[in-house]
Amino acid sequence: MKNLVKSLQERYRYALIVFKELVKTNFQLRYQGSFLGILWSVLQPLMLFAVMYVVFVKFLKFSDGTPTFPISLLCGTCLWQFFSESTSMGMHSIVDRGDLLRKIHFPNYIIVASTTMGSMISLAINLGVVILFGTFAHAHYTWRVLLVIPSIVQLYAISLGVALLLGSLYVYFRDIGHIWDVVLQAMFYATPIIYPISLVTDKGYGWAANLLMLVPTTQTIMDIRHNLLSPEYVPTVWTMVGNPIICLIPYVLSVVVLWLGIHIFRKYSAKFAEVL
Amino acid sequence: MTDKNVNQNEKAKTVNVVAQKTDDRPVVLKVEHVAKYFRLPTEQATGLKMAFLNWTRGIKGYTEQHVLRDINFEVKQGDFFGIVGRNGSGKSTLLKIISGIYMPEKGKVSVKGKLVPFIELGVGFNPELTGRENVYLNGALLGFSHDEIDAMYDDIVEFAELGEFMDQKLKNYSSGMQVRLAFSVAIKAQGDILVLDEVLAVGDEAFQRKCDNFFSEIRKDPTKTVILVTHSMDSVKKYCNKAILIKDGEIIVSGNKNDVADRYTLENLKREGKESADDDQKNAEEDQYPTGLNATVPLLAVRPSKEPVCTMKEGFSFEVEYDYRGDKDFYLACSLNDIRRGGVPFGDSFDLYQPGHHTVRFHVPMDIFNNGEFRIIASLHEYENGRDDPEHVRMVAFTNEDFACDFSMRDPKGTDNFALLNKMRFGYEIVDKDLASRQQPITTE
Repeated sequence: MKNLVKSLQERYRYALIVFKELVKTNFQLRYQGSFLGILWSVLQPLMLFAVMYVVFVKFLKFSDGTPTFPISLLCGTCLWQFFSESTSMGMHSIVDRGDLLRKIHFPNYIIVASTTMGSMISLAINLGVVILFGTFAHAHYTWRVLLVIPSIVQLYAISLGVALLLGSLYVYFRDIGHIWDVVLQAMFYATPIIYPISLVTDKGYGWAANLLMLVPTTQTIMDIRHNLLSPEYVPTVWTMVGNPIICLIPYVLSVVVLWLGIHIFRKYSAKFAEVL
Repeated sequence: MTDKNVNQNEKAKTVNVVAQKTDDRPVVLKVEHVAKYFRLPTEQATGLKMAFLNWTRGIKGYTEQHVLRDINFEVKQGDFFGIVGRNGSGKSTLLKIISGIYMPEKGKVSVKGKLVPFIELGVGFNPELTGRENVYLNGALLGFSHDEIDAMYDDIVEFAELGEFMDQKLKNYSSGMQVRLAFSVAIKAQGDILVLDEVLAVGDEAFQRKCDNFFSEIRKDPTKTVILVTHSMDSVKKYCNKAILIKDGEIIVSGNKNDVADRYTLENLKREGKESADDDQKNAEEDQYPTGLNATVPLLAVRPSKEPVCTMKEGFSFEVEYDYRGDKDFYLACSLNDIRRGGVPFGDSFDLYQPGHHTVRFHVPMDIFNNGEFRIIASLHEYENGRDDPEHVRMVAFTNEDFACDFSMRDPKGTDNFALLNKMRFGYEIVDKDLASRQQPITTE
């Protein structure tokens, strides 16, 4: 028993050391050689936001008329950016780091975890910007801001689960890379980021809107926007569906995704070094 | 497994048993019945389409290649353990299994203590990071925390002799500097078991000497264990106290380093012999003569009479097999080549009196030489106008690499590999006897 505890400690000590160092290195290398460096973490989503704002809100009038829609759009963009970046990079990470896996034995899930954690750091910086802008853009900060933290954890868990799953599959089937690009694109349009969910409801597709809200990523993004920016204007699965059992579906799905990712990864990770 | 191998394995086991009785050092690495095979894809199977097609057709899509079969050995604390074998014998796979990179299909590996593997130097080195950052990254991948690396950082930098470059990006290092840094991390890493894969030959001469000193030192440290995979029999003899020889995924010799090193040399020579026989057959099928041979002389080969390894006292016996179908007087020329040092120490010619297929036996005394690798090559010459006219001769056949005879001399008295001639048979005479005297020879027995 004592040995077990000791070996567990030893095992996670190693994982933690590698994790810290890889996160640090990834972050250092991320903006290596660029003139503005880390500033790009902030600039990139802002510029993306500017494009979306002009195209969808100003030209196409995709607004629900609430004063918080622009800041909600910015927040949604940042959150989506995190999800799409962490899953894509996480998917490629195992293959990209194949040189390490073939040469040294270390807990290899750390590669995926550190990559997604890199995206998490960007998200933290971005959310700082969102909060700052929110004070000028009618955001209503209440005690509910605290609820954002578990939602962020949930979003990270989903991303990590998907990244682990895709990362293991990508080792064997490179096709996954192309498929995931398309899936991400589809999911982006199925998530009420550039349009308000009321756009779907108002057209008489209430059931479709409810269905969309049951997707774990959508549910998390809406929860974060609801609690962080405006509990009044941003709907969540709770305000739209109501039935608590159905409302729990996306939360359960998140756990399932994480479990599946870990399970598949553990099952195949021992062979990565040989396949790569 | 052939009977011979079984015998040898059993012999090895009994040696181990005997060693265990007299030796109570703890076992730090135990490899039990390890077997490994790889699935080699027959068709490109990395794609959903191919995977699906193979599945519908019921094709497995791969062939199994057995790389290791039933490997057993133990390494004790303080050992300097050598693993040798020819290319493709499975030693690198074994090393990867020991390091935990590959999972064995069968059997088990138990490690006690911190094992630091160096399958390749500088794992995770990134050209965009500075030398310092790379040391920390590399160290972290090997399982050392920031504080632990802090403690050994100065040592590493000093050993690598790169003090002033540590804050430069790695991409601005010369390749030699990169290797030096990587190697310094490798040997300064404070692990209990160090696993090294053919990494000894790096750096300039001064750095080599430093590494040499380091290995000699670590040999004496009873708490450190080193596992070394190498092709260099010199380093095996110099550093290791135990070794195994792997061939086709099996251990064929285990235990004494000298036996292993000699057997390895023999294996190399024998393999060459086998290959040449294959070539011979192949060429015959194609109805062509190998390089150096022709219709007049379809056969000319030099072969060892016994084993291709000899000692100083025995000398070396070889035979020349020829088949001369011409009708002129002819003679045979033989030369002895020194493979490692280069040059031809000796050559001679012999008139032959019997045309047709014959074998002539020779013996060459080797007691004037030091240990080395030698090759005997032969050529057949015709006298254009009979034996009385040695001016007009023509070479009609020679032995190419496949038909030449390679052999080694391995003798405890001949271990001074520096010069060809040994000191017992040749020496400088001292003229000024009051100014110089000869050193006593160092015997390594």
